[in-house]
Amino acid sequence: MTPLQIELKTSPHVKQGGSVQQIMRNVVLALLPICAFSVYHFGLSALALMVVTTLTCVATEQLFNRLSRRPATVSDYSAVITGLLLALTLPPAFPLWMAALSGFIGIALGKSLFGGLGFNLFNPALIGRAFAQGAFPGAVSTWTLPGHPERFTEFLPSTLAVPFTTPAPVDAYTAATPLGMWKFQGEHADTWDLFTGMVAGSAGETSALLILVCGLYLIARRMMNWRIPAAVLGSAFVTAGAFYLLDPGHYPTPWFVLLSGGLMLGAFFMASDMVASPMTRSGLWLYGALIGFLTVIIRFFGGLPEGVMYAILLGNAASPLIDRFIQPRPYGTRKRRAS
Amino acid sequence: MGMLSFLTGRTFPRGVHPPGLKESTRDQAIRRLPFAPRLVLPLAQHFGKPSRPVVKRHQEVVRGQVIAEADGFQSVPLHAPVTGVVEGIELMPTARGPKTEAILLRTLPGDSQAVRWSSPRDLSGLSREELIRAIQAAGLVGQGGAAFPTHLKYAVPEGHRVDTLVVNGCECEPYLTTDHRIMVEQAQEVLAGIRLALRAVGADQALIGVEDDKPDAIAALQAQIGPDDPIAVRKVKAKYPQGSEKMLIKALLKREVPSGGLPFQVGVVVNNAGTMAQLGRLLPLGEGLIERVITVAGPGVERPGNYRVPVGTPLRYLLEHVGFRGDDASHLILGGPMMGNTVSSLDVPVTKAVSGLVVLPQAQAGAVPEPIHPCIRCGRCVEACPVGLNPAELGRLAAKRRYETMQERFHLSDCFECGSCAYVCPANIPLVQYFRIAKALNRERLS
Repeated sequence: MTPLQIELKTSPHVKQGGSVQQIMRNVVLALLPICAFSVYHFGLSALALMVVTTLTCVATEQLFNRLSRRPATVSDYSAVITGLLLALTLPPAFPLWMAALSGFIGIALGKSLFGGLGFNLFNPALIGRAFAQGAFPGAVSTWTLPGHPERFTEFLPSTLAVPFTTPAPVDAYTAATPLGMWKFQGEHADTWDLFTGMVAGSAGETSALLILVCGLYLIARRMMNWRIPAAVLGSAFVTAGAFYLLDPGHYPTPWFVLLSGGLMLGAFFMASDMVASPMTRSGLWLYGALIGFLTVIIRFFGGLPEGVMYAILLGNAASPLIDRFIQPRPYGTRKRRAS
Repeated sequence: MGMLSFLTGRTFPRGVHPPGLKESTRDQAIRRLPFAPRLVLPLAQHFGKPSRPVVKRHQEVVRGQVIAEADGFQSVPLHAPVTGVVEGIELMPTARGPKTEAILLRTLPGDSQAVRWSSPRDLSGLSREELIRAIQAAGLVGQGGAAFPTHLKYAVPEGHRVDTLVVNGCECEPYLTTDHRIMVEQAQEVLAGIRLALRAVGADQALIGVEDDKPDAIAALQAQIGPDDPIAVRKVKAKYPQGSEKMLIKALLKREVPSGGLPFQVGVVVNNAGTMAQLGRLLPLGEGLIERVITVAGPGVERPGNYRVPVGTPLRYLLEHVGFRGDDASHLILGGPMMGNTVSSLDVPVTKAVSGLVVLPQAQAGAVPEPIHPCIRCGRCVEACPVGLNPAELGRLAAKRRYETMQERFHLSDCFECGSCAYVCPANIPLVQYFRIAKALNRERLS
């Protein structure tokens, strides 16, 4: 027997397998343990925060796709990632209405207006986070102690703040983050507590250990380029280490810098955003090093205790430039092209 | 890489690792099929000027006889693969698309089909020029797929010297095992061919590059190398596209052919192992190239294997004899699945440079095309491109139809369409297709 119908197709006729959806689905999967730990840590409020930001992000993406008559893209999971990441970078008791607005801004201004997935210049979750920082400076720096006994039955008071009102901090619930304590009181948190996450902080940034494990999962599945977290953390360590050696009494240890605040979460899950990072190996090293360096500089010399968000956004902004100047050297050509 | 090559094995930077899929054919001896009742022999089976027919309709020809002569130095002659009768010279479909002129030859069924046109000779006294002429007269072209006339490679331009003959035994395309079987079964002929080629090209040494997944081929070749032979087998890492000549030169000699240039510019000539076997067999006998080994494999084939068939055997005949097992829609790929072309007609013949026929049934070939996503700049294509291009950027420019920028700033013409970028792309962007279109339009613009 011979074939009745022959299909014409261009090479290659085999594919490695793996799709955009698969990558994004695995990022969501890798974020889930971090989310679960956050809910365990901070209770109902953290859960509500994640649900609200995720729903807002997905709905916003849907809305803009409708408005611009583009096909629905919810199935690529990228809006879900933005929603989860945004929640993980916000304080657990952040008012839900503010969170929803930040999610909307993140997707609308950070992604949809650029043309959707693949065209955004910045990480959309960080655009949302930057908006929250600017618009709600009080709420975004009001932190909560982990492990409150009634966290699974009651919301933290500020979570349910009436839209367009700013809740007053309730002293019984608030606590300082390790970075804040270092910056404003000169106190050092215990390294082990920082590593395991038994400290106050944004909903998903506290456990360095868990973030490391989830990040390594994505690296092992080749869905994240290990060079980005390696460069960010390595550069932050070296920069902080240099300052520490200069004046150990004034500057914290490089370990403290690595494990505190949002550096781990940022290095593994936000700086590593493929869309907003350079394409070449050397470009990635440069990009990561820039982010690590800027983080430490902002932390040590800026007005705020944390600097990861701005460092990554600046890294994102530098990516097109890095890609312009750092290109692979084509076989059989001598010089790197700089154009 | 580089200094660490003793750990990682000799290789080139980047590349991909598609599954080999060679299990069904690599351990089976080369077999013969009955001769097809009718052969289709295109006059342009090689790179360069087509051959000029010297036979007429109804003329009887003997197996091995010249039926079309070389049209100048940039051409090769064509020999009759079977004893039979010329049915005519007509336009016939070819793998590349447009119909071209071909000699149709009807096989005489009762004939013995022994090669009657041989004139064994002593080659030891021949000069370089005489050897090159003899190689041209054998109708020899590169057996790996490019079909570049072998004698043209040996006629190194004035002012250049070739020090190394690189023999390509990598066979990095999935499914294909022709060169593998030839190296195992015809190692003696491969070596004989290499010794002749060394003389014809005037090179000091020959390096045979074989991928490390073919230990039996390496052993067979090594057993044939004499103590005085300036010939060595070099194991290279099994990686795609190691069998591309530029990548092999890089892996074996750490030299890079200049962008847009040819291997002789860095003192190298590259020949396929199968070409060497043909040379070593045909030249001492004074015969022409009339048959070749082809891998027929893939899930759509019942009896996959390597078959020695006369040049001109129609694919239809080949498929009938190996047992076709696809459903009603199939991809018939001439060559390997990474770089091969699908054919549009079963009347297309096996030509001198066709190394494989891979049949992928509808299900395996992915009949339902995956949706194409926007590029998420994951960089996998940049990590895959063996040439060191930026396929993502090229793809982005192609979508904007900025074909000139692709060439001027991103070295489009250095892309040899190996398919590594499209192979890894999670967004399913048809990058190779984009690049082919861009190149064609750029050529049109320049001409």
